[in-house]
Amino acid sequence: MAEMLYREALNRAIDECMAADPNVVMLGEDVGLYGGSYRVSEGLVSKYGEKRLIDTPIAELSIVGNAIGMAIGGLRPIAEIMTANFSLLAFDQIINHMAKYRYMSAGKLTLPMVVRFPQGVSKQLAAQHSESYEQMLSAVPGIRVFAAGDPNYAYHALKKAILMDDPVVFIEHELLYNKKGEVDLDAEVDPFKARIVKEGEDLTIVSYLKMVDDVMAAVPEIEKQTGKSCEVIDLQSLNPFDTGTLKASIEKTGRLVVVEEDHKMGGYGAQVVSWAAESLFYALDAAPLRIAGENVPIPYNRKLELASIPTPDKIAAKIIEWGANNGL
Amino acid sequence: MDKLTAEEIYYTMALGRKFEYAAKEHYMTGEISGFLHLDIGQEALSVAAMKAFDHGDVFTTYREHIMAIARGIEPKAVMAELFGKKTGVSEGRGGSMHLFDPSHFFYGGDAIVGGHLPNAVGCAYARKFQESEHGVMAVFGDGATNGGAFFESLNIASAWKLPILFLCENNRYAIGTEITRVAPFLEQAKKAEPYMPTMEVDGNDAVAVYEAIKEAQAYIQKGHGPLFIEAFTYRWEGHSMSDPGSYRSPEEIEIWKRRDPIERMKTVLKERYGVSDAQIEALDQKAQTAVDEAVAFASESPEPEVSELFEHLFVEEVTHG
Repeated sequence: MAEMLYREALNRAIDECMAADPNVVMLGEDVGLYGGSYRVSEGLVSKYGEKRLIDTPIAELSIVGNAIGMAIGGLRPIAEIMTANFSLLAFDQIINHMAKYRYMSAGKLTLPMVVRFPQGVSKQLAAQHSESYEQMLSAVPGIRVFAAGDPNYAYHALKKAILMDDPVVFIEHELLYNKKGEVDLDAEVDPFKARIVKEGEDLTIVSYLKMVDDVMAAVPEIEKQTGKSCEVIDLQSLNPFDTGTLKASIEKTGRLVVVEEDHKMGGYGAQVVSWAAESLFYALDAAPLRIAGENVPIPYNRKLELASIPTPDKIAAKIIEWGANNGL
Repeated sequence: MDKLTAEEIYYTMALGRKFEYAAKEHYMTGEISGFLHLDIGQEALSVAAMKAFDHGDVFTTYREHIMAIARGIEPKAVMAELFGKKTGVSEGRGGSMHLFDPSHFFYGGDAIVGGHLPNAVGCAYARKFQESEHGVMAVFGDGATNGGAFFESLNIASAWKLPILFLCENNRYAIGTEITRVAPFLEQAKKAEPYMPTMEVDGNDAVAVYEAIKEAQAYIQKGHGPLFIEAFTYRWEGHSMSDPGSYRSPEEIEIWKRRDPIERMKTVLKERYGVSDAQIEALDQKAQTAVDEAVAFASESPEPEVSELFEHLFVEEVTHG
């Protein structure tokens, strides 16, 4: 076990993969000499050189597009998008190329690559630096979508993503980079499995990324007010998602709440609720609840910003109210 | 160019044209569907470029049947792909626009105009990284030179001195829009001039294309950085089979038909290499046989099974969840 920050866990995963395989390269804006906007690649350029820590121009389409070509050419690239909103310039490459080349070529092309994807509401970065795109990414067949909620998963899943021969979008939340946690370096972690953060009996709360922490912050109040116990699940892998773990939990508790930071309309949680309604309708004792971001661009003003996304207080209040109306 | 190469290029051009006419015929019968972009009139460029660029990787567009064949992919596997069959080079997943074969360093087959250029640049980075003898050739039309991906690619290839040849196939029309209506000049190489050396070549002259690409290949192999070649040519058919072609006058098409690259190469064979009419006839016959066999193979081949729908999506299966 080792205690480290989320960004240190990511750094360590990349470092170990680069040490083990000279074909692993990383590219993006300021990933080399600068050490990465969120310091994820700090120190790596002095170990592996500028040939492997590639500072690119501000041209996201090319960052992902070049990474695809590098993968075709035999390298194992890690492309860093500085922040999710910028990735929209690369969505043609992600969707039309990265996700499709293997299938369209009947498996003749493989793309062993990772696109690292910091996202989410940080602090007053306003509408063009605060969004979340897991819902769009998860709607694309041909890519794996991981979302790291803690240092342990960040370390293990990023390593696995780099080693895998399939393209992975690896989502990180910008407010988690300085989150400290235990990393079990020797553990075998299956990146496709969800993690039960807290066991409980009466309701299942499903979340991912930073919202897991906000849910955990809300749980004491919920349990105090309702007298019931919550099971909290960090999905971790968003596509595919671990229906086995969810099913076992929902069959036990009979109640489902999904908490997500992205906009509610078309948000990722809709997929989880829809799956539960289709597959586990008779296991549910109440209609599921979705708590999500408002359908509004993220505003700059702190008060408005917090009003646009779930917070621990709002999560607790909504679940308590929903519980009261649904026999919890 | 030696005589054997000249004959090989002529043969492949003849095969290519017959292949395209056969594809057109079988599109009319409904055996081929979707979008079908024919390369008739541009055979010199498609064939000579592929034959000349023998030390590298090729990234190209959706008008690529002849290039794929010239690269070494069996005409049978290409035609079967057009027919959507299991025996097609992409097992019926790709169709006309998506032919790939890494064993021939041929990476398609991309149908997002200009979208493959960053991929080609990335592959050139890999080749430089590996200190490989291979360079990369990116083939694209005049229409691709107006998009952002094109300019990003010129910039990066130039900044990093990557071994890549940009081959612009200027046939003057981006679907129905003449290039000079949406760009300030006809010669798209002007856009590359700030970044790299540029060359111009008659795209309907197979010998000229071959020699230009050979020279370019040697240049990029030496580590000088990228190079840009613009080849002027003309497609005789519409953009795709669904294009009525009303934007071009019959007179204009007639002018270009008189510059037929195949007739020109035939003349070269006879005058420069002393190939007889009978020998040319034999090459034409051999090409026709290859196309007939490709059609028969495609026609008789099985379709993929519905049970294969998810095959090739991922390398690593996820068994739980």
